[in-house]
Amino acid sequence: MSQTKQVKQLDRVIIRFAGDSGDGMQLTGDRFTQESAVFGNDLVTLPNFPAEIRAPQGTIPGVSSFQIHFADHDILTAGDRPDVLVAMNPAALKANLGDLPKGATIIVDTHDFTKRNLDKAGYTSNPLDKLGPDYEAVDDSVNELAGFQVQPVDLTGITVEAVKEFGLSRKDAARAKNMFALGLLSWMYGRPTEPTIAFLEKKFAKVADILGANVAAFKAGWNYGETTETFVVQYEIKPAKMQPGTYRNITGNLALSYGLVAAGVRSDLPVFLGSYPITPASDILHELSKHKGFGVTTLQAEDEIAGIGAAIGAAFAGQLAITTTSGPGIALKSEAIGLAVMTELPLVIVNVQRGGPSTGLPTKTEQADLLQAMYGRNGEAPVPIVAPQSPGDCFAAAVEAARIAITYRTPVFLLSDGYLANGSEPWAIPSVEDLPRIEANFATEANHDKGDGAKEFWPYLRDEDTLARPWAIPGTAGLEHRIGGLEKGEGHGNISYDPANHDRMVRIRAEKVQRIADSLPPLEIDDPSGEAKVLVIGWGSTYGPIGAACRRVRRAGYNVAQVHLRHLNPFPKDLGEILKRYDKVLVPEMNLGQLSRLLRAEYLVDAVGYNHVYGLPLKAAELAEAVGALVGEAEGRDVDLGEHGINAPADHEEVPQ
Amino acid sequence: MSTIDLPMPLLGTSLVPPIAEGEKQTGKDFSSDQEVRWCPGCGDYAVLKAVQSFLPDLGLRRENIVFVSGIGCSSRFPYYLDTYGMHSIHGRAPSIATGIATAREDLNVWVVTGDGDALSIGGNHLIHALRRNVNMTILLFNNRIYGLTKGQYSPTSETGKVTKSTPVGSIDHPFNPVSLALGAEATFVARTIDSDRKHLTAVLAAAAAHRGTSFVEIYQNCPIFNDGAFDAIKDNETKDHAIIPLTHGEPITFGVRSDETGLGDKALVRAASGGVEVVETASVAAEAILVHDAHNPDPSTAFAISRLTDAGYLNRSPIGIFRQVDRPTYDDQARAQVATATEAVAGKGTPEERLAQLIGAGDTWTID
Repeated sequence: MSQTKQVKQLDRVIIRFAGDSGDGMQLTGDRFTQESAVFGNDLVTLPNFPAEIRAPQGTIPGVSSFQIHFADHDILTAGDRPDVLVAMNPAALKANLGDLPKGATIIVDTHDFTKRNLDKAGYTSNPLDKLGPDYEAVDDSVNELAGFQVQPVDLTGITVEAVKEFGLSRKDAARAKNMFALGLLSWMYGRPTEPTIAFLEKKFAKVADILGANVAAFKAGWNYGETTETFVVQYEIKPAKMQPGTYRNITGNLALSYGLVAAGVRSDLPVFLGSYPITPASDILHELSKHKGFGVTTLQAEDEIAGIGAAIGAAFAGQLAITTTSGPGIALKSEAIGLAVMTELPLVIVNVQRGGPSTGLPTKTEQADLLQAMYGRNGEAPVPIVAPQSPGDCFAAAVEAARIAITYRTPVFLLSDGYLANGSEPWAIPSVEDLPRIEANFATEANHDKGDGAKEFWPYLRDEDTLARPWAIPGTAGLEHRIGGLEKGEGHGNISYDPANHDRMVRIRAEKVQRIADSLPPLEIDDPSGEAKVLVIGWGSTYGPIGAACRRVRRAGYNVAQVHLRHLNPFPKDLGEILKRYDKVLVPEMNLGQLSRLLRAEYLVDAVGYNHVYGLPLKAAELAEAVGALVGEAEGRDVDLGEHGINAPADHEEVPQ
Repeated sequence: MSTIDLPMPLLGTSLVPPIAEGEKQTGKDFSSDQEVRWCPGCGDYAVLKAVQSFLPDLGLRRENIVFVSGIGCSSRFPYYLDTYGMHSIHGRAPSIATGIATAREDLNVWVVTGDGDALSIGGNHLIHALRRNVNMTILLFNNRIYGLTKGQYSPTSETGKVTKSTPVGSIDHPFNPVSLALGAEATFVARTIDSDRKHLTAVLAAAAAHRGTSFVEIYQNCPIFNDGAFDAIKDNETKDHAIIPLTHGEPITFGVRSDETGLGDKALVRAASGGVEVVETASVAAEAILVHDAHNPDPSTAFAISRLTDAGYLNRSPIGIFRQVDRPTYDDQARAQVATATEAVAGKGTPEERLAQLIGAGDTWTID
C-alpha cells in the first residue's frame, strides 16, 4: 500500500451500489458481500430492483440498487441511510440522494452524466457542474450535492482503457465498469480480492476475453484507489466477534430451498415441488430443480392451481409435497388449500410475500398476506403458519414447516417475504445431526375393530395426542380408502351430511391445529433489564429492524422488551401471559396491522400498531423513535433518544454495553 | 438428453404389481360398501358396472389402483370403487393425478371427469395433461349438460339449447372433446358409448394398456336434464346410420351393410378441401375408401374424422379409437432424471453426509 494513504478505523459502513438495471449492480453488490463475508464482518444486505427486466435505460424507474451494511459487531439490518453511494448514472444519483445523510460519500461515473442521461433522469442541469475546484461543493443554497463528499470518476472511460488489450467492442468493454467500481470499493474497505477473481474465473471460464477484461477492470479499480490521489483514505472494519462456528453468506430463498431438501432427508421422504414461476419465489423452484440427486422432483405446472394440485397428488402418494408462490398465487391456490385441509394431507405452502394487492409491487417486500394465510379460504379451514425472521433463518423455518405438516397431516403456510428472499446474511451452517428427525409413520394396518373380530381401515381415526389421522398411501394392501372435499364422517371418513357430525369435525380440525402448540418451545423474551414496561412484538422479516430499534432505545438508557413470533397459528401457549406482563404492546409490521388485529382478537390486548408499507424494510431509527415515544407514555416521562434515534449519527446497531 | 435414452416401459400397466399367480378377482372385489346415489336411469350406472367388471381383467393389485375425480355427477365415481381414490375439486383432477402418477410408477391412475369439469373449469389442466402425456387414463363422461347444478348448458351443449340459464337458447359454440384432445396432441384418443358394454370395455382395455395419457370420451345419457341426447346413436333403428365405427386397419364405412363385402353403404374418403367427407360407397372405387390408421404419427386425418361429429343434436358421430401413438411420458422422464441424478451420487455418502456437503459448500469461514 502506498505510504501516503491513511488508514481509518470504522466500526460499520453502509454502501449502496446503484445503476441502471443492466449495469450489473446486483452482481457487484453480491461480490462485495461475499468478500466481506469471507473477511469475517457481520453483514446484512438489501437488493432493490425494478420488476421490469430492462426498464427504459437511464430512467429513474430503471434504477437497480444493492445495499450492504457490514460491521465489526453483530448487526441486524441493512441500515437506514447509506454512508457511501456508488451512482453509475444520473438517474441512480437522483433516485438515491434523498436516502443519504449529509457527509455521505458519493462516487459517480462522470462518463454517464451526458445531456441525454441527465434529461432522462429529469435533471435540467448537470449537478456535477456545481462542484467547485477540487470538486468541493459550493453554494449550499442551489447545490443539491452540497454537504456530500462527491468523488467524480470516469469509471467507464478508465475501464475501457484498462481492458483495451482484450479487443472487445466498446460496448462490451464498458460493461466491465461494474468490476472497476467493485475493485475501487474493495480497495477502499480492504476487502480480500481472491474470492472475486476465483468467481470470475469460474463464471467466464469459457470466454477468455470477457474473463480477462473483467479481471483487468477489477484490478484497475483496486489500483486506481491505491495509486491516484483522488482517494486518500482507506478504511478498516475489523472482523466481527461472532459465535463459534462455520459460516457462509446466504440469501433467504437459498436457505429456504436447502431447508426443504433437509426436511426430505430428515423425513426419508422424496420431495415433490409443484410450482408456477412468480416473483419473488421462482428462485426456490430453480434451486430445488438442481437437487434431483436428493430425490427431489420439481414440476413446473401450467398454472398456480395445477402446481398445488400436483403437490396434493404427490402428498396422497406419500411424498413430502411442497408448493411455492407469492400472494397472487396463494389467491389462486386457495380452493386447493381447502382440499388439503379437508383431506388432511401434509403439504408445505411457501408464500414469498410481495407488495399487494393484485399484481402490486412484484419485486418489493411486504407482509400483508398474514390474514390471507389465516383466513383466506371458504369455511372454517385452519392452516398452521410459520414465519422465518432472517434470510438464514429460512432454513430452520422450512424444516419446522415440514415437521408440522408431516406430524399433524396438514397443509402449513411458510410465510417468507421479498426482503428475506433476496437479502442475505452470514449463516452459521447447522450440523445435520442436530436437525429434527421427522417421522412419516405411514399406516400399515387396519385400525378399527368391526365388532365381529375382523378389522377394517378408518382413514379418519385419529392419534389421541396430535389428532393426526393416519397417512395410508396407495400400494398398501387392505387400506384402500377414498378421501375428498366433501365432509367426512368422524372416524370412518365416509361422506356425511349429518349436522352434528359436521359441527364435531369443524371443531376437531380446529383443535388439531391448536394441539401443535403442545410441541412448541416457550417464547424467548429479550428484556435485559427485566424492568421494561413496553413490549415490542413482531413476526417475519421485521425481526432485524425491531431488534435494532430496541438496541437504540436501550443505548439511550431506556428499557424495552422484544418478542418475535415464529408461529402465527397456533400462537405459542405462553404468549397471552407474556402480553399481560407489559403495560404497552407495540406491533411493528409492513402492513396495516394484521398481527395486531389477531393479538387483539385472541388476547383482548390493546396492541398499538406501527405500520409502514413502502415496499421496503422498516427503518430502525424511525421505529426506535416510535418505541421511545411509547416508553415515555408507559413510564410517564419525556423520552429523548438523542443520537440513538433519527438524529445523526444514525445506524448504530451494536448491543449496548 | 441422456434420460430419454433409458428404455421406456411398453404398457401403461407395465410397472404396476400384478396379483399373485392363481389369485382371482371379480367385479365385486372392486365394489365399495357405499350406496350408489345417481338418479335412476343415469348412464353413470352402466359405466360403473362396466369399469367394475373390467378392472379384474387388468390383473393388478387393487391397492395399486387410484381413481381421481373432480366435481360433478360423474366425479362421485371413486366412492363406489374399492381402490384408493380422491374426489377432489372442480376441474383439477388431471393435475392431482399428474402428481400421483409422477410420484409413483407403481400405480395405475385413472381420472373420472365430466364435460363441465374437464372442458370448462378444468380445460387448462386437461390440455396440459394431454400435452405432457402423463401415464393415466382420463374418462370424460359427456352428457352435454350440467347435472349436479341442475340443468345449465355445458361446453358441449349444442348452440341454441334452452336451459335454466339460457331461456332463449345458448349462444355458445360447443367443444368437440375429441377434436380438442387431438389438438392438444394427445397420444390416445377414443370415443365410446355408456350403453355399449362391449365397445366400452374394449376401449377401456386399450386405454389402460396405452402408456401415456389415454383420453376416452364416453357419451352418457342424463335422463333428468338432457334425456335422449344420444338416442340417434343408441336406437337400433338409427344407430347404423349414426355411428361411424373406427377400427384400426379397416376401411371406414357405415349405414346399411352389404352381406357380400361387409361394407356399409356410406364411406369416408379424402375431400378436395383436405378434410374427410362422407360419400355413397357405391360411388367410389374401393381403394378410395379411407382405411383407419390410429397409429399415424400425423394427427390431421384423425382430426378430420373427428369433425364429422354433429355439433348440434347428435345424428352422427365417429366412435372408436381415433389415435394411438407412442411418445415418451412426462412421468417416466421425470423419474428417469431423478434416477440418473441419484445414481450419479451413489457411493458418495449418505443423504445426511451429502446434505452436510451441500449446505457447507461455497465461500465459508470458521470462527473458533
